[in-house]
Amino acid sequence: MKLPGRLERSSLGSLILIAAVLGCSAAAFAYSAGWLSPGRLTPDRMIAALTPPSGPPLGHRRNHAKGICFTGTFEANGNGVELSRAKVFAQGRYPVLGRFNLGTADPNAVDATVRVRGIGLQISAADGEEWRMAMINPPFFAVSTPEAFHELLVAAGKKEPEAMTAFTRANPEFGAFAAWAKSAPWTASYAEEPYNSLNSFVFTNAKGDEHTVRWSLVPTAVPVPIAQADLQKRGPDFLEQDITDRVRSAPQRWTMVTTVADPGDPTADPSRAWPENRRKMQVGTLAVQRIEAERDGPCRDINFDPTVLPQGVRVSDDPFPAARSSVYRKSYDLRASEAGAYPRNGAAKP
Amino acid sequence: MIRAPHRFAPIQRLLHWLMALCIIAMLFIGVGMVSTVAPKYLPLILIHKTLGVALLILVLIRLALRLRLGAPPLPADLPPVMKLGAKLSHLLLYGFMIVMPLLGLGMLWAAAYPVVLFGGIEIPALLQQSDRGHTLLWNAHVYLGLAFFALVLLHLAAALFHALIRRDGVFATISPLPQRERMKPAE
Ligand code: HEM
Ligand code: HEM
Ligand code: HEM
Repeated sequence: MKLPGRLERSSLGSLILIAAVLGCSAAAFAYSAGWLSPGRLTPDRMIAALTPPSGPPLGHRRNHAKGICFTGTFEANGNGVELSRAKVFAQGRYPVLGRFNLGTADPNAVDATVRVRGIGLQISAADGEEWRMAMINPPFFAVSTPEAFHELLVAAGKKEPEAMTAFTRANPEFGAFAAWAKSAPWTASYAEEPYNSLNSFVFTNAKGDEHTVRWSLVPTAVPVPIAQADLQKRGPDFLEQDITDRVRSAPQRWTMVTTVADPGDPTADPSRAWPENRRKMQVGTLAVQRIEAERDGPCRDINFDPTVLPQGVRVSDDPFPAARSSVYRKSYDLRASEAGAYPRNGAAKP
Repeated sequence: MIRAPHRFAPIQRLLHWLMALCIIAMLFIGVGMVSTVAPKYLPLILIHKTLGVALLILVLIRLALRLRLGAPPLPADLPPVMKLGAKLSHLLLYGFMIVMPLLGLGMLWAAAYPVVLFGGIEIPALLQQSDRGHTLLWNAHVYLGLAFFALVLLHLAAALFHALIRRDGVFATISPLPQRERMKPAE
């Protein structure tokens, strides 16, 4: 059949049909991509909310931007196999890569000014299977949902004090965190801090039994409370200095303790601690053996995404790990693409 | 010369439609997952990686079949520009099908991020961590992904043009439905 010189009626109808099919396909694609839903909470919007008014920390993590690398071992005592068939729970020693860090978007923050301290950790099994986690020192998280975390960042970034008051009214769980931030004792060392998963995960053992679990790294160093005012008299990087000195003289240790939820415990809400009497178990010891500056250390280029999990551990109904994974991915994409701005070799800090 | 077939072989037709559905799903899942922080992000990205790797295997099989079984000729009266356009766009579609999964894998390898598929299947890394490499592969995966979608739309428009306006039997060469060989024989 020849292409007619003049479009017949039916051809015109067909052309319209074709245009409609294309238009609908493109619209569906745009909808999936969120281009038609400016209200959708995307990783980009979360990153924008994390970004300080002075601009993004180019080449650095978009949060917990200040940190220092370490390597060491995880010594499993074998107790953990009762809960999970993760290979690193079988009695033995497993290599560890990690990063002590501060909960701030400023890579040059003064150590004494940052309330939340964290740890990024990667434990590798003999076959290379990885378990990554990122944990912090408060006993519970600031808010119940990723959406509320976004609102918190937006409110905290506003100049008007009413923004925070309104936020706290709408998210009363934040009160407990604010109280912790105000009254919990400070310490002068990363080695004296506990680090908590806060998010819950489902552990599956070899028999297929499932338990919802949170875990903590409990320091063996005795925490010595110190006033924040006294910390402010120290240098801007005293935490990095301290951990470097301590580890140089002896490995620093934490006990990994798992806590199993009872039915009905708030597994989906990291802002709510579980009752004290829940079953706890010591599953091993983290030994930090070597400290390296971030700029030439092995932790800089790792994304401590808490959803990089071994067989035997998976996410629970807690919505945070998925949200964190998507945002950490974007943060990694950005900081890798800005690597030229990272002070790789120069004087580290201005 | 072997007599040219009038239609693609059934296995070629099956692969075309199976892969078309999966690739369209991949494109939608791709842009959907990178724009959400909801819990569905994790299953979506797991499907994206698993299906993407499966498609890489399928396209290799498909190419081998294509080289062995060939393709029916285009209608003799199709203007040369259109013939060229058809050939080039099909070549590009094959290119995208091969390159997209490789870029996806490479991007994760260059980020030192383990590639774990459905069922815990782990793909060993063939690249070292590299900021520059990751950025290049990431940008390529994102922008070529969008270009792939645009080309699929164009391909869809062309197919509908053949089927509805020219009615020249091109659509029947790959139509998933079995049918009597009643289209106009190509030259
Ligand atoms: C939706 C809520 C959260 C958002 C949007 C968020 C955002 C981020 C971002 C963008 C990074 C930098 C990632 C990178 O570039 O590698 C980061 C790092 C980190 N986050 Fe979160 N975070 C959230 C919740 C949490 C929670 C609940 C915890 C602790 C239980 C946590 C602990 C950490 C730690 C310790 C790091 C540093 C990891 C490292 O050293 O690389 N975050 N966070
Ligand atoms: C992701 C989606 C798709 C991809 C990647 C794709 C890819 C291809 C490729 C590479 C060819 C050339 C086959 C060869 O010569 O070896 C082809 C042929 C064809 N496709 Fe698709 N396709 C897709 C979707 C579609 C859709 C949605 C339609 C129709 C509604 C369609 C209709 C056709 C037709 C009619 C042909 C035959 C062209 C000819 O005889 O030369 N395709 N497709
Ligand atoms: C036919 C194959 C594939 C297609 C059509 C495809 C398409 C896409 C698209 C459209 C996006 C969204 C880009 C954006 O808008 O930002 C995307 C993202 C992504 N894809 Fe694929 N993909 C394919 C294969 C793979 C494979 C095999 C992997 C890995 C094993 C992969 C990993 C990813 C990842 C990790 C992202 C997120 C990128 C980011 O960090 O922003 N893809 N893909």
